Amino acid sequence: MAQISAKAEAGPQVSPVRRPWLSPLNQRRWQNFKSNRRGWWSLWLFLFLFIASLFAEFIANDKPILASYKGELLMPVLVDYPEEKFGGFYAVTDYRDPVISDEIKAHGWMIWPPIRYSYRTVNNEIPEAAPSKPFWLYSKEERCQRYPQGVNDENCIFGNWNLLGTDDQARDVFARALYGFRISVLFGLALTAASALIGVTAGAVQGYFGGWVDLLFQRFIEIWSAIPVLYLLLIIAAVLPPGFWILLGIMLLFSWVAFVGVVRAEFLRARNFEYVNAARALGVPNGTIMLRHLLPNAMVATLTFLPFILNGSITTLTSLDFLGFGLPPGSPSLGELLAQGKNNLQAPWLGLTGFVVISLMLSLLIFIGEATRDAFDPRKAFK
Amino acid sequence: MSGTPLLSVRDLSVAFTQGGKETLAVDHISFDIAKGETVALVGESGSGKSVSALSILKLLPYPSASHPSGQILFNGNDLLDKDESDLRRVRGNDIAMIFQEPMTSLNPLHTIERQVGEILKVHQGMSDRAARARTLELLNEVGIREPEKRLNAYPHQLSGGQRQRVMIAMALANKPALLIADEPTTALDVTVQAQILKLLAELKAAQDMSMLFITHDLGIVRKIADRVCVMTKGKIVEAGPTKEIFENPQHEYTKHLLAAEPKGEPPAANPAATSVMEGRDVKVWFPIKKGFLRRTVDHVKAVDGIDVTIRAGQTLGVVGESGSGKTTLGLALARMISSQGDIRFTGREIEGLSFKQMRPLRRELQIVFQDPFGSLSPRMSITEIIAEGLQIHEPGLSADERDARVVAALKEVNLDPETRFRYPHEFSGGQRQRIAIARAMVLNPRFVMLDEPTSALDMSVQAQVVDLLRALQKKHDLAYLFISHDLKVVRALANDVLVMRNGKAVEYGPAVEIFARPKEEYTKALMAAAFRMEAADGGVVAQ
Repeated sequence: MAQISAKAEAGPQVSPVRRPWLSPLNQRRWQNFKSNRRGWWSLWLFLFLFIASLFAEFIANDKPILASYKGELLMPVLVDYPEEKFGGFYAVTDYRDPVISDEIKAHGWMIWPPIRYSYRTVNNEIPEAAPSKPFWLYSKEERCQRYPQGVNDENCIFGNWNLLGTDDQARDVFARALYGFRISVLFGLALTAASALIGVTAGAVQGYFGGWVDLLFQRFIEIWSAIPVLYLLLIIAAVLPPGFWILLGIMLLFSWVAFVGVVRAEFLRARNFEYVNAARALGVPNGTIMLRHLLPNAMVATLTFLPFILNGSITTLTSLDFLGFGLPPGSPSLGELLAQGKNNLQAPWLGLTGFVVISLMLSLLIFIGEATRDAFDPRKAFK
Repeated sequence: MSGTPLLSVRDLSVAFTQGGKETLAVDHISFDIAKGETVALVGESGSGKSVSALSILKLLPYPSASHPSGQILFNGNDLLDKDESDLRRVRGNDIAMIFQEPMTSLNPLHTIERQVGEILKVHQGMSDRAARARTLELLNEVGIREPEKRLNAYPHQLSGGQRQRVMIAMALANKPALLIADEPTTALDVTVQAQILKLLAELKAAQDMSMLFITHDLGIVRKIADRVCVMTKGKIVEAGPTKEIFENPQHEYTKHLLAAEPKGEPPAANPAATSVMEGRDVKVWFPIKKGFLRRTVDHVKAVDGIDVTIRAGQTLGVVGESGSGKTTLGLALARMISSQGDIRFTGREIEGLSFKQMRPLRRELQIVFQDPFGSLSPRMSITEIIAEGLQIHEPGLSADERDARVVAALKEVNLDPETRFRYPHEFSGGQRQRIAIARAMVLNPRFVMLDEPTSALDMSVQAQVVDLLRALQKKHDLAYLFISHDLKVVRALANDVLVMRNGKAVEYGPAVEIFARPKEEYTKALMAAAFRMEAADGGVVAQ
C-alpha cells in the first residue's frame, strides 16, 4: 500500500496520452455511417428541416419578430402585448389588423417573419372562396383584388401571399405544414425516447434477473400486447379531451413493449459472459453491471429498432388526426391536412402538400435509420 | 519406405485477401510424408499450421484464400489443380481429416449410425444393412464400449472422448492412406487425450496409414511423431526426425519452444502461515426436479463435501478432469454461487452473507478467469477495466490517484502503462491475461482464485504467466487457489494439491508428496497421462 501511494505521487508525469473523444469502435461506426451517402445526406437534410421547424415562430407567424413603438423596443413573437398598448381594446393584439399595423408604423417600425401567417391565422384577403390556390397560380391583380388599394396596397406583398394556398378555413397551408412537421417529429421523438427508456429498463431487468421476474413479466406483456391499441385509443380519445400529452401517454402505454424482446434477449445472452462474471466478482453492484457492461450490448439492437418505432409513432399520430381522434381541432397536424385534401379533391395542393411532407419526413428518417443500423452492424465490412 | 512420398507439399503459400489487403498466412513451405509415417506440424497459434493442413484438401474459404505458389502432390497428382468433383473423391476416401472440436464436428441432429453410415454409403455405395455392420465394426475398432447401444445415440449423449472416437471411426471408414489430425486432443482431458493418442498409434500401425498431426503440444509430438516440422509465422523453420529435433534443436525458435515448459519451484509449504481461506465440508448440490410439481427428486452433486485450507503466500492447486467440480468449488469459495458448509475468509464466516454484505470483502478476494478474450469487456479501455474495482472499493480516490494506481498495476504485470487507453482487442492472449491479473491486483487482494488462467494461452506465454504469478505471490504474500487440468503448470506453482473427481476429493496433501508418491489409482492415472501421455488400463478413468 505504501509503495503504491509513493508511485501515486510520481503518477501524473506519465499521462500525456488522453483518450480520444470517441472510442475506436465508435469512430469506426461513425466512418461507416458517413460512408453510407444516402443516410449521411438524409441526416443533414433532416437536421436542417427539424432545426428550421423548431424556429417556426420566426419563419411563419402572424406577429412581428421585432417592433418599435413610441421608442419602446417590443418582441411580439415572444411576449403577448395587450391591444390597449396600441390604442385598441382586445386582450391580445392582432398585428395584421390594418388599424394596429398603421398605428405601429406611424410611431415606429415592425420586422415581420418571411411568412406573415401562423398555423391558425385566417387570411381575410383570399382571392376566392377557401380553399384558395397557391399564389403563383393567380395573376397579381387576382391576388390583390381583396386588398383595399388593390395592386398598389402595401400589404399585398410576398409575406401575405399563400405559398402553398390555403385550406378550407382560409389558413396558410405552408405555415400549417411547417408547424405540423414540428409537432409530428417532436411527438415521435418524445414517444420514442420515453418508450425506449421504459422498454429498455423493463427488458434489462427481465433479462438480467431472469427466473420468476422474467416469467411473470413476460406473461404480463403477452396479455398487455394482446389489447388492440387503435380501438382503445379511439375509445379513450372519446372520453378524455385529446391533446398532445394525453395522446403521448396513451400511446406510451403500449409502444414500450416493442423494445422489451430484443433487450431482454441481449441481457439473457450476455449476463453470463465472463466479463460480467468478472465484474460481479469485483463486487460491482447489479445496476452498474447492467449499465456499463450489458447495456452497450443491447444498444445495437435498440438502435436498430429506434427509427422504425419513431416512424411508427409519427404514422399513428397522423392516422389518428386523419380520423379526427388526434390532436384537438385547430392544431397544426399533417393528418388533418390529409383529411382536408380528401374532402376537397378540387384543391389538390392540400393533399399533395400533406403527402410530400409526410413521405419526405418518413423517408429521411428511414434512410438515417438504415445507415445507423449498418454502422452498428459488426459483420458489415468496413470500407 | 519407398522412394516417392505419399504426400509431397512443394513450395506452398496461402494468402488471405481482406478489405483489399493481402496477408500471407503460409509462406513457401515444403514437406513430405512417406507411407506409414507420422509427421507433426508444431507451432503456436497463428503460425499457419492449420491453414497448411486445410489447404491439402482445399477446405479454405476460397476465393478470399488463394495459393500464390506451390504444389500438393498426392500419389503424384497435384491436388491444387483438381476441381471440386475430383477433390470430393479424395476427401474422406484417400485423405481423411479429424478436427479439434468433436462437439461441433458432428451433426447434433444425426445419430451415430447415420453419421458414420453416411460416409460408407456415399463413398462405397453400401446398402443400409452392410453399412450398419461396418459401422459396428468401426466403433469396435475405435474402442467404443457396447457399440450396439451407441448406434442410436446422438452426439450430446456421448462424452468428449467418445465423440472424438466416433470422429476417428468416420475418418477411418474408407481406409484412407493419409489421416490429417488437426489438434485432435486439445479439447480433451489429459486422461482421454492419452487414450486417443494410444488409439491413433495402434490404428496407424494396423492399417499402415500415414498421418499428418497438427499440434501445439510438444509432449504429444515426442510421443507420436516420426518427423517434426516446426512452424512459426507461416514458415517451416526446422524439420527433421523427432529425436534429433528434441535432442539437438538448431533454430532459435525451436529452442525457445522447447524451453517454454513452465518451470520453477512453488513456494515452500508453511503450515504456520495464517489461513486466509478455509472451507469445511463445502457442498454445492444442484437439485434435479421432476414431475408436474417440480419436486426435487435428486441432486447433482457438483461439489460434495470438500475440506480445504489456503494459507497466505501459498498455493492450493486443484486438479481433475472436466466435470470434476473444480471450478464450482472455486466459485463456491469466492461466494459467486450458493453452497452449504463452512467457508471462512481470514477467520470470518462468509457463508450466508448477502451480495451487499460481501461487497467490502470482494476487494480482498479476487478472481482471474480462464478465457482472457471473454473476461475483458470489449467496449471498455484498459484503464476503465482496471479502474472499475477501484471505483467501487476506493471511491475516495481522485481521477489522478486512480490513474496512478492503474499505471502501477500495469507496471507490476510488465505491461507498458502507455497502452492503457487501448481496447482489449489490440492485445494478444498473453497480454490480455496480464490485464486480467492487473485488474485483480490493483485492489491489493489477499486471496486470488485463478480459474485455468493459462489454458487458453500458448505454451511459451503460459510459462511467462506462471512466472508472473509466482513473482506477485512472493511480493504481496498472496494466497492462490489455482484451478487447472494441466499438471505441469500446477507442479510449477502449487505447494498443496487437491485432486478432485466427481465432486469429491480423491487426494489432498503437499504437492511434493502427491507428485512423487501418488496413493490413489486415479491420481496415478492422471499423472501418467499428463507427464508421459500413457493411458491407464482397467477403466480407472472415464472413456
